[in-house]
Amino acid sequence: MKKTRMVAALSAAALLLGGGILWASDHGDAPAVSGKSTDITDLYVYQSPVNADKMVFTANVQGLLSPTATKTAGFDENTLIEFKIDNTGDNVEDLVIQCVYKAGKMYIYGPYKPKGTGTTSTITGNASAVVDVTPYSATAPVVTTSANGITAFAGPRDDPFFFDIGAYVKVVTGAANSFSNPGSDSLAGTNVLSVVLELPKSLLNSTGKINVWLDTKTKN
Amino acid sequence: MKKKLYFLLSGCALVLTISACHKDHNVAPSDPNTGATFSIAGDQVGRPGVNIVFINAADHDKFNATAPSAQGAAYHAQIQSRLMALNPGFTTNAAGLNAAVFSQTLATDVLNVSTTGTTSYGTFTGRGLADDVIDASFKLIWGGPDGNSNPGLVSDHVDHNDKPFLGTFPYEAAPW
Repeated sequence: MKKTRMVAALSAAALLLGGGILWASDHGDAPAVSGKSTDITDLYVYQSPVNADKMVFTANVQGLLSPTATKTAGFDENTLIEFKIDNTGDNVEDLVIQCVYKAGKMYIYGPYKPKGTGTTSTITGNASAVVDVTPYSATAPVVTTSANGITAFAGPRDDPFFFDIGAYVKVVTGAANSFSNPGSDSLAGTNVLSVVLELPKSLLNSTGKINVWLDTKTKN
Repeated sequence: MKKKLYFLLSGCALVLTISACHKDHNVAPSDPNTGATFSIAGDQVGRPGVNIVFINAADHDKFNATAPSAQGAAYHAQIQSRLMALNPGFTTNAAGLNAAVFSQTLATDVLNVSTTGTTSYGTFTGRGLADDVIDASFKLIWGGPDGNSNPGLVSDHVDHNDKPFLGTFPYEAAPW
């Protein structure tokens, strides 16, 4: 019985590995988003390494892109990439930062109080920042800073996530008792599409702690 | 003749008014996305790996479409049973959390961020690019109360990115 289960587990691992990398951090996590413009890979929120008065928000989507695939990968006009920020500790968004692609540019809205919370997101008012999407062929990132101090970038980047997925699959399926040492970065050589914003902490109405999550949604 | 001149002047005034009006529009240009509504759920992420590691495959889409404030009640039990399957010997972890509290924390999938100091995923102050979130997470799952139990399982031995990060915005490295 135990042996049968082990064999089944091993086949599952082989399937995952044999078919190439299918998932990673949140890459390809669910059927509704896998392989689509809505597939988030990772969220990063950290204090700016160059200015302690600012925070950096990074949304990465459409992961596991080979260099060839990156050349033709693009943001989608029907997809909203939205940072949700709770600054009162109840895990309900008090502020949102919304990112919408249109005709070669990424439009950034907020941070502002959303029209409603939860499952429907509406864009209100004018963009706080608009930045040209950096093409794959560019030698330097295109960066804009808006009047309210939001610095913005949108375009392809190396996936900053690192993880030995193969070893993890072996461990959780019972095919190995420990991770390999040294490990092997399964994300090496792959790209993501990235939206990076650096903004003054004063725009977050924070008393010291915030909770952040990243959402994607599409138009009806 | 006089009448004609008057007419011309009015026309001029009209032109001036229109041009002034046009100028106002330039100050506040109409926005291409204002009013757009997005209501079909896509993906949702707070901490890295929660959906993939802790949620049953059949519920991955549902987990993404559940607001974090409702995730705790809906997924706490499922996450705790997955945690105990991954590490049947789990008692407490290096963050001092027992299985129930750790699972409850993970179930509400938000990234806890401090806005008053430097950031490190391991201290629940956010997530920087270089943070080894995998090792930090494995330590909490398998490392026991002091983080040193199951030494073969607390690190994947990949501790940095395949390209160095930049010292300037946007900090992430150029694509391959």
